[in-house]
Amino acid sequence: MFNREYAGQGARWIVICFALLFAAACAQTKPDGLASNVKPGTGQDFVVNVGDRVFFEEDQSVLNSQGQSTLAGQAKWLNRYSQYTITVEGHADERGTRQYNIALGARRAQAARDYLVSQGVSASRIKTISYGKERPVAVCNDNSCWSQNRRAVTVLNNATN
Amino acid sequence: MLGTLKTHFVPTGLKSCGLAVLMTIAAVLAPRPALALVEIDITQGNIEPLPIALPSFSAEGGDSKLAADMTGVIASDLRRSGLFNPLDPASFIQKNMSVNSTPRFGDWRQISAQALVTGTVIKQPDGRLRAEFRLWDVFAQEQMLGQQFYTTPENWRRLAHIIADAIYERLTGEKGYFDTRIVFVDETGTKDKRVKRLAIMDQDGANVRYLTRGDDLVLTPRFSPTSQEITYMSYGGTDPSVYLLNIETGQREIVGNFPGMTFAPRFSPDGQSVVMSLQQGGNANIFKMDLRSRRTTRLTNGAAIDTSPSFSPDGRQIVFESDRGGSQQLYVMSANGGEARRISFGPGRYSTPVWSPRGDLIAFTKQHQGRFMIGVMKPDGKGERILTEGYHNEGPAWSPNGRVLVFFRDTPGANGGPQVWTVDLTGYNEQRVDTPAFASDPSWSPLIN
Repeated sequence: MFNREYAGQGARWIVICFALLFAAACAQTKPDGLASNVKPGTGQDFVVNVGDRVFFEEDQSVLNSQGQSTLAGQAKWLNRYSQYTITVEGHADERGTRQYNIALGARRAQAARDYLVSQGVSASRIKTISYGKERPVAVCNDNSCWSQNRRAVTVLNNATN
Repeated sequence: MLGTLKTHFVPTGLKSCGLAVLMTIAAVLAPRPALALVEIDITQGNIEPLPIALPSFSAEGGDSKLAADMTGVIASDLRRSGLFNPLDPASFIQKNMSVNSTPRFGDWRQISAQALVTGTVIKQPDGRLRAEFRLWDVFAQEQMLGQQFYTTPENWRRLAHIIADAIYERLTGEKGYFDTRIVFVDETGTKDKRVKRLAIMDQDGANVRYLTRGDDLVLTPRFSPTSQEITYMSYGGTDPSVYLLNIETGQREIVGNFPGMTFAPRFSPDGQSVVMSLQQGGNANIFKMDLRSRRTTRLTNGAAIDTSPSFSPDGRQIVFESDRGGSQQLYVMSANGGEARRISFGPGRYSTPVWSPRGDLIAFTKQHQGRFMIGVMKPDGKGERILTEGYHNEGPAWSPNGRVLVFFRDTPGANGGPQVWTVDLTGYNEQRVDTPAFASDPSWSPLIN
């Protein structure tokens, strides 16, 4: 979601840039991290412009339409930049027991992996791992954090930025 | 006066405890009174703790601080069990007790002591400690127990725990659990970048020792019931896997050669095999590996998360959790696999089952309406009781006598973290075990001696 918003902002900036077609300094006025500042095919390009993660409902490993869309974008990107192998990391929120969450994270990683394979990414390029509830990205005590932690993250194994 | 002296040699288990203990025990045997007046029935729920007087052991001109510290450890063990109320020494009428003279029972009755412990600890010319204690029934005016021990000075805490166990066993009729240790996961660092180390401590939180350095994420250590080994999950290798670690030698090995992640390990009661989950795609199945033959056996096979297996103490059955019915529930199957019978039917999700060493109960974590509880049920699923309930309680493990559960309790938010707690089987007497940092996944050792 985070990354989609950035992509949207980027699109708006492009419109503005076209409107200011004669302002040669346009690119320099953009905030950091916007699309055209990122070199295509890099790890940063993948994270910023494609989105490296998908999210899940509580105790679920079903991909929603947003997740499918993100993964379709990932597959397209990975098919274009075929030099990368990836690890899909599955995670769970803290509101479950440790062993089950390890398996739940694995199930989420598997769901993302299967979707990438269905979109043409070779299975031999994909490794999966689960961290269960051990590696949260958000640490507050409500669903706004827990929902960010229920995730599958696609990590480029040999990325350079 | 002292009765017959009998010398026992300590069973071999003691020698392998990593403390280089060479201890001989001489029991000063007094005939058991035919009718002891002071006894504790620990099958009751919220019992009134037994008033017991523990005047500081005499040092007879020697190290009186050591004598006082030992007495303090004994009193602390007994107090924390919830079954004893060690009385305030300031109330004692008879002072300067000698282990070799009969107490003035009237003085102890007057302050309502029902049991009295007298003792002495002296450094021998050969450098060893000699400790001797007697347990008295104040109302029957009789000695209930008398024992004598020799050990090296650095073992004084263990000696105190052994004496506390003897008192506990004589007064409750059950084996004690004070001379035991707890392996756990030490947690430091921020919540999103936790560093986890395997650690071991005495059951009262003393003598913490770290078994790993924190380079690799480690989870769910479990004690071998028969050796100085633990099995645990580590992220150190190519795939996260189950390992064995000898806590004396530090020798470490991976358990089996499985194609994928293995987790949730636990020993069989004979210590000869490890049962665990293997992740296969989106499913987790339970496998058993014989540690001698290295042979692996698949025990479950299905489109589900089957995990947290735990043997019955006779080794014939396994309880585990599975979401095969749609949500996490507890199931029992033969130790050779095959058909499983669901045993949990209450509202909510059930997980992390662990079979009592007495065989009569299964402890579990239960989640319901955003609350996390520790509970017990009979192996047929009947008689469910919740022992503690709150924001997050997880991962019970049994004391070796099956009377106490150790578990971890987490607190919410960025600064929250887990701590180790114990609760009596009756649901009373919650106690936090003091640890140097956050601590989770506790597992109790068997009785050391």
